[in-house]
This record gives sequence, C-alpha cells and structure tokens, in this order.
Amino acid sequence: MVVREKSKVMDKEGIDKALERISHEIVERFEVADDIAVIGIKNRGSYLAERLVLKIERLIDKKLLVGALDITLYRDDLTQVAAQPVVHATEIDFTIEGKKIILVDDVLFTGRTIRCALDALIDFGRPKRIQLAVLVDRGHRELPIKADYVGKNVPTSASELVEVRLTEADGKDEVVLCEKIP
Amino acid sequence: MNNKFVWTKKDLLGLEYLSAAEIKFILYTAGSFKEVTTRQIKKVPALRGKTVVNLFYEPSTRTRASFELAAKRLSADVLNIAVESSSVKKGETLIDTGRNIEALKIDIIVVRHNCSGAPNILARSVSSSVVNAGDGWHEHPTQALLDMFTLQEKLGKIEGLRVSIIGDIAHSRVARSNIWGLTKLGAKVTVCAPGILIPEGIEKMGVKATTDLNEALEGADAINVLRMQFERDTAVAFPSKLEYLKNYGITTERLEKCKKNIVIMHPGPINRGVEMSSEVADGKNSVILEQVTNGIAVRMAVLYLVSAAKEIRR
Amino acid sequence: MTPARYLIKNGRVIDPANKIDGLFDILISDGKIEKVGVSLDEKCDKMIDAKDKIIIPGLVDMHTHLREPGREDKETVASGTRAAVRGGYTMIACMPNTEPAVDNPKTVKLLKDIIKKDALCGVAIVGAITLSRAGKKLADFTGMKKAGAIAVSDDGSSVEDKDLMLEAMRGAKSGGMLVIDHCEDTKLSAFGMVNKSLISTKMGLKGITRASEYEMVRREIGLAEKCGGHIHIAHVSCGESVDIIRKAKKRGVKVTAETAPHYFALTEECCATYDTNTKMNPPLRSKEDVEAIKKGLSDGTIDAIATDHAPHTDSEKDVEFDLAPFGIIGLETALGLALAELVDKKTLSWSALVEKMSINPAKILGLAGTGLKKGAPADITVIDPNREYVYKKDSIESRSKNSPFIDWSLKGRVTDVFVGGDLVMESESIKART
Repeated sequence: MVVREKSKVMDKEGIDKALERISHEIVERFEVADDIAVIGIKNRGSYLAERLVLKIERLIDKKLLVGALDITLYRDDLTQVAAQPVVHATEIDFTIEGKKIILVDDVLFTGRTIRCALDALIDFGRPKRIQLAVLVDRGHRELPIKADYVGKNVPTSASELVEVRLTEADGKDEVVLCEKIP
Repeated sequence: MNNKFVWTKKDLLGLEYLSAAEIKFILYTAGSFKEVTTRQIKKVPALRGKTVVNLFYEPSTRTRASFELAAKRLSADVLNIAVESSSVKKGETLIDTGRNIEALKIDIIVVRHNCSGAPNILARSVSSSVVNAGDGWHEHPTQALLDMFTLQEKLGKIEGLRVSIIGDIAHSRVARSNIWGLTKLGAKVTVCAPGILIPEGIEKMGVKATTDLNEALEGADAINVLRMQFERDTAVAFPSKLEYLKNYGITTERLEKCKKNIVIMHPGPINRGVEMSSEVADGKNSVILEQVTNGIAVRMAVLYLVSAAKEIRR
Repeated sequence: MTPARYLIKNGRVIDPANKIDGLFDILISDGKIEKVGVSLDEKCDKMIDAKDKIIIPGLVDMHTHLREPGREDKETVASGTRAAVRGGYTMIACMPNTEPAVDNPKTVKLLKDIIKKDALCGVAIVGAITLSRAGKKLADFTGMKKAGAIAVSDDGSSVEDKDLMLEAMRGAKSGGMLVIDHCEDTKLSAFGMVNKSLISTKMGLKGITRASEYEMVRREIGLAEKCGGHIHIAHVSCGESVDIIRKAKKRGVKVTAETAPHYFALTEECCATYDTNTKMNPPLRSKEDVEAIKKGLSDGTIDAIATDHAPHTDSEKDVEFDLAPFGIIGLETALGLALAELVDKKTLSWSALVEKMSINPAKILGLAGTGLKKGAPADITVIDPNREYVYKKDSIESRSKNSPFIDWSLKGRVTDVFVGGDLVMESESIKART
C-alpha cells in the first residue's frame, strides 16, 4: 500500500494550542485535582499525556500522576494479524483504584483501541471515572465510544489516514491527512 | 524496540536456529510481559480462545508449571498430557500423537522429550506451533532465554559479559542453549567440567573449555551452575559426589575470589551441597528465584510470539 | 522361449576388464555376448540404438539387504531386484540378516528358490558367519556353500570374539568362501547415533567414534594376516580405516574394501535436522573423511562401491532420531551419485568407476566377471549420461522409501538393462518377469 500526503491538518502551534485548550477544559471540569491520573496509550498517546500533564500542573500548581498503557495484548484483532504486534511495557506505577483517569490517545477512529484500553485499565483496578482526551477525532466509529475532550475534529473518508507526528517519536510536530493509494 | 520487527517463526526449537535479533526481540517482549506478572490481575486476553498443550514425555514439575502459568496468564486454555517414556516404544509414535493432538484443534504444543531432536521432528509433522521445553541433551531454549533475561536485568547487557557454565556440559541441554544464545549476543562463554563431561568439539561452538574451576571463576561476571545428575548414564565413570563438590562445587570460599557482584544462576532443582553449597544458593549473589519468576515472563513472550506466526507460514 | 537376438548399436562401450573404451556394437544371442565389433550389421530380433549412450558390463552390488525372508514389509526379492535393475545392477549380493538369519543350508535353499521365482536380476547369497548372527557358534560354511551361498558375513555387527573370528576366517579360507566384514567395536559405539564430533555435541546425541570402526578393521586385518585368508571390509566410512587398509595392502595382506555412495556424497552435517534418513551405521562422517574415502577410491585402496541398500519402512523411520533404525536404500541412486561426486569431480574416470561398481565387485565375490567379451553372459547396462532427472519418492522401486536423496537432481540414468541376455529394462521401463 502506498500512502500519499494530502494536506496538513495541524502544525506545531496548532497541536500546542489544542492541548492547552484541553488542559483548561479538564481543570474546569474537575473541582479537585487530587485524584486525577493521566494515562496515555502507547506510543503517541503517552507523549501527548506527558505534555498535557505539564500544562495542567502549570495551571493548578500540583503534581499529577501519569502513566503509559500498552494495549497490544487486549487488541481484538490478534487472531487476524499476520504477525504478533510488538508488545511494549505498560508503565503505571500507582494504583488506579478510585482514581479519575484521563485516558489520552492521538487519533480517535473506530473506537476499538479505546475499548482495549478500557479493558486493560480495568484489569489494573476499579477507577472512579474514566474520561477520554484525543488530539484528533476523525469519525467512523465502530463502537459506542465518544471523546470527552477533542483537540480537533477532522472529517475524513475511509480511504484516508490521519498521521500524528510528534517530536518525541518522529522528530517534528504535525498532523497530516494522507490518502491510501491501492 | 522497533515496532516493525516481525516475528516469523512458528516454532521455538532451539536458540541455534535463531538470529541475535530474534533473541533480543524475545527478551524485549519478555520485558513487557514481566510488567504484566507484577500486576494485581496478572492476566491479559492476548491468547484468549487459543489452546496450549503441554506434551511431556519426561517428568517435569517446574518447567511444566511455568509454561502452564504463562499460558493461563495469556488467557489460553491449557491441556496437560504426560506420556510415559517407557510406553513410547510400543505405543503411538510421536508423529501420530502430534497429529492426534492437533486434531483437537489446538494452537501450540509445548513438548518435553527425552530424545534429542524430537521437537524438530514434531514441528515438521504438525502445522501447530511447537515450543521445545527441553529435548534430550539437545536444547532447552526457554531456560536459556530466562537465564539471559535475568542476566540482562542484573547486569544491564549481555554483550561482552564473561559467563561460565559449570557442570555436566556433555549431558546438558541447558548448557547447549545457553552457549548458542550467549555467544550470539556477544558474551564470552567458558564451559567447565571434569574432562569426561566436556563433549567433543565444544570449542567449535565458540566457547572456551576448561577442567579448572578457578580458571572458569576468575573474572567471570556470571556463572550458570548445572545440576549434576549422578544417577544418569552409568556407563560413564562419574566422579563421586564428594569429589565433585571438592573440585567443582561452588562454595563461599571459592566465591570470595570471584568478582564481588558475580551473578550466580542455577536452572534447578539444586543439589544442595553437591554443585553448590547452601550458603551460596541462598546468598546475595544468587538469582535462582528471580530466574523462576522471569521464566514465566519469558514463556509468555514465546507463546505470544509463536502463536500468530503459524499463520504467516500458511 | 529362446532368448532373442539383440543388437546394441552406436554406443560408447566402456569395459576396463577387456580394456575397451570406444564406439562398438554388441550382438547378443542365446543369453551370451556373441560379438563386440565396429559397425556390426547382423540380423537381430531387436536393435537398440545407443547413440550418445554408454554401455558397460552390468553393475554388481556386493552389499544389499533384501529383507526376505521375514521382513517382506521392508523389501522382497522381487521389489529389491526391481530397484537393482532400475539402478543398472545385473547382480547383487544379499546379506543374511533376515528373520530368520540365513545361517544354514536349508534357509539358503529357501532363499534360492525365492530368487529363482522372483528375482529380476542375479542374486548371490551371503550366509551368516555365526548362528543367528549371535557371535557364539559358527554356521555351517560348507553346507551353505553347497546350497548356493558364495560368501559369509555377520553384517550388522562384528564377531566380537576374536578367536571365533579367526576360526571363521580359517574355515572360510579352506571352504573357498569370502568373508565380508562389518567392522564395529560395539563397546566403543554403543548407543551412538551420529559421528562423534561437533555434530554429536550440537545435536545432543551420543557419538560413534571413528575408532569403533578402524580398531576393528585393524583387528580383522591382523587376523587375515595371521591365517592368510581373504577379508573384505564392508562400508568403509573413515579416513583411518582407509589408511590401515592401504598399509595392509602394501604388506601384501589379502584385503579388499568397499565404501558406499553416502560416505562420499554426504557429510555428518546432513544429520543436523534430525532427518532419520541420515541415520546409518557407520554414521556419516566429516568432510575430511569424505576426502579420504575419495582418495582411497582413486588410489585403489578401496576396491568397490557397494550400496549397503538397507530398506526400512516409513513407520520405522518416522520416529525420534534415537529410535529410528540405521540404514538407507541405495540401489537406485548409487550410479547417479557416483557420477556426480566422483566422475564429474574427476576423482574417477568412467572406466575406473566401472571397475569399482562392476568388475571389482564381481571379482571379489568370485563371480564370472569377464565383462563384455565374446561368450560372456550378456549382463549389460546402457546409460544415458546426459539424462537429468529428479529422484522422486513416488518413483522409487524399492518397497521402502528411506533415502536422504529424495528430490535430488541427478544426471546419468540407466535406460536399458540386459540380465543374462534378457532385456529386463528397455527405455527406462522395467519388463514384467516372464
């Protein structure tokens, strides 16, 4: 499959602004920040989670718990893939029991990744509440899942891809809309 | 670790057949699984709906238990089949047994066999994945992988380490798998045993062989002490237990001359007071129990990786 | 039915026994060779055009296991001789390790009757040295000879008792019988599976030392020297044995020796996959041994190439390496392998190969072996040296399929075979027995 870049959806500044806005929304919605934990979905969701935490901490002047979740082992397509996807370590070194969790991912698409993440999280304990923050919502949900915080809604067609590139993994910050050319 | 690494082998028959990159990939994956084993709920749904069969032609408690737990923590169903070795000759052949088990619609066969190469033969005859849980004197790949995983955890790396394997090298599958794995990852390996227990041509496997324990201990970053089995192979003139401890047993006095943070491993079960004194086995350098813990993570990684690879082959 | 008159035309005839190598025609009549000459234009029932082909005296295998009587599931005289003809053999010697062993005149007779009824090519009978091949009591050599056996061997094992072996050699000498000797000191080889070297270490199997073979070769040559008898050493596999035999020959000991194609076509490395079709006794050895074997063949130390055709059923071989029986089939691949490994690689000339696979074996066994000359029995093999083919499992004539050479590409195929003037294979198609 060949992928062709069509247009840039967000640049570095756009990403930063979106995260800034989400951090404000989170602070507004939670009166007490004591029991908030931010958990990013590996790989890019966890980088976004770390950035978000920095921004929230600046707003409330308090340290937040942050973790990273690898959802590979919970994927519902493991029996269909040709080779097992690489399993990375989950890094949640606190108890999530009774916590208000902000789950962070880069792109919300079918909702299946989030379903995996919810299952994985619940295996760690019983959080009080789980909310979802994503940088991009591109539509095409296959499961009844909705984000609580969205950086940008990007209407897409099924043949398109949304690629989120982050400095931590890709050397630069941008969100690009691509097209699959069969 | 590169997200693009693709595991393609349907079977794990031995470390001889793996590349350094593949071994490193298993160790990386095992690292991820180790985190799972520290959770309160130590179970993930990765192999839900798959069935792992433990086909054991040799009695084994710990390896079988470790594989069973690994499979269960991946949410696989586990079936244990123990076959009496003595009945092999008159009973069903290995290949027939394998095909019959496969007809139960299972996914992975974990096989322990007293004949070297039995897993190789089984793997050619079935399309399910075959994982070698120890065959004759040939290989015990998951044991070596957990030894290497433990080493890496303790000393940060494998490359450049000096590792000595001490004991009955000739009849040890643990030794062979460790030699393949360690040398592929760049460790310097020495094997040490009484002359009759050093097999022909072992140096050509890239190791140094010595009968002198002091030489094997000097400068070693880690030692892997094998279990001495005095009951086996009576045709060979074995040294007596006492003589063995005197010449090859790891004791506190010997340890004093070693590197301070030397890592001491043993595949178990230990003959206390034979290949190793109790003080050493329970001492601060010993990682024997950590090896057991790591065994589950390593076996989870192996089961996880091979379970999808068979679909690649088809 | 009177055998037909055949004329083989335009072929290159290679017969070192009669110092022939050139384009000749051969006329066959009455089961015998009537004429060998240039541009023969005789009346015949059938003409065989052998243009671009090679015509040699029929191959002779000194070492075949036909398994009959007793293990007809592995091989029979009928299936084994079909395999022999496919491979270009017109005469084979069958070993006595059947069930029961061929260790008495009555069993020799029984086997002879089966041969008469079923064999597609000549079969010479080798009787056992000791009763039941148990190494305890000598068999009745004279009686077996009278019944039709031509040699004795306990093939599959050595006669461990040195005194008994000496007695056997003396008996064989006075009875005019050849002793074919399987050399293996089982005290040194017990439970061994593959050559004792890096390969046994890597595979985690007990090794079979070279010494288990060559120490016995040395002992047997010593015995032959002592009694002045002729000893034939079977399936030589290692360099030390070659050296010992070479030296003995120089001293004037009456010793001859054979090797088998797998000992020059394969090395111990082939065992690494635990393919039980690489398990044989003696085991496949090292590259250096292969070179020594080739040298022994080219300098005349090793007189003959024999197949050690040892059929075992799939169900016997499809087991763990430890549990599988030793041995492989070889009648159908021997010539192709020898051409590829020896002639193409210039170890032996065509003519020398014919010596190793036809003339010398016949001589050692004491068979006519007069080659392609007037009046000799018409045992003739026609080969297309350029015919390439893949040795396929479903094409195997032998009842057993235990060959490591399945799916190998080979060059040089037998097209026609005459046994005693009968055209038993024509254009690669084997005739039913009449």
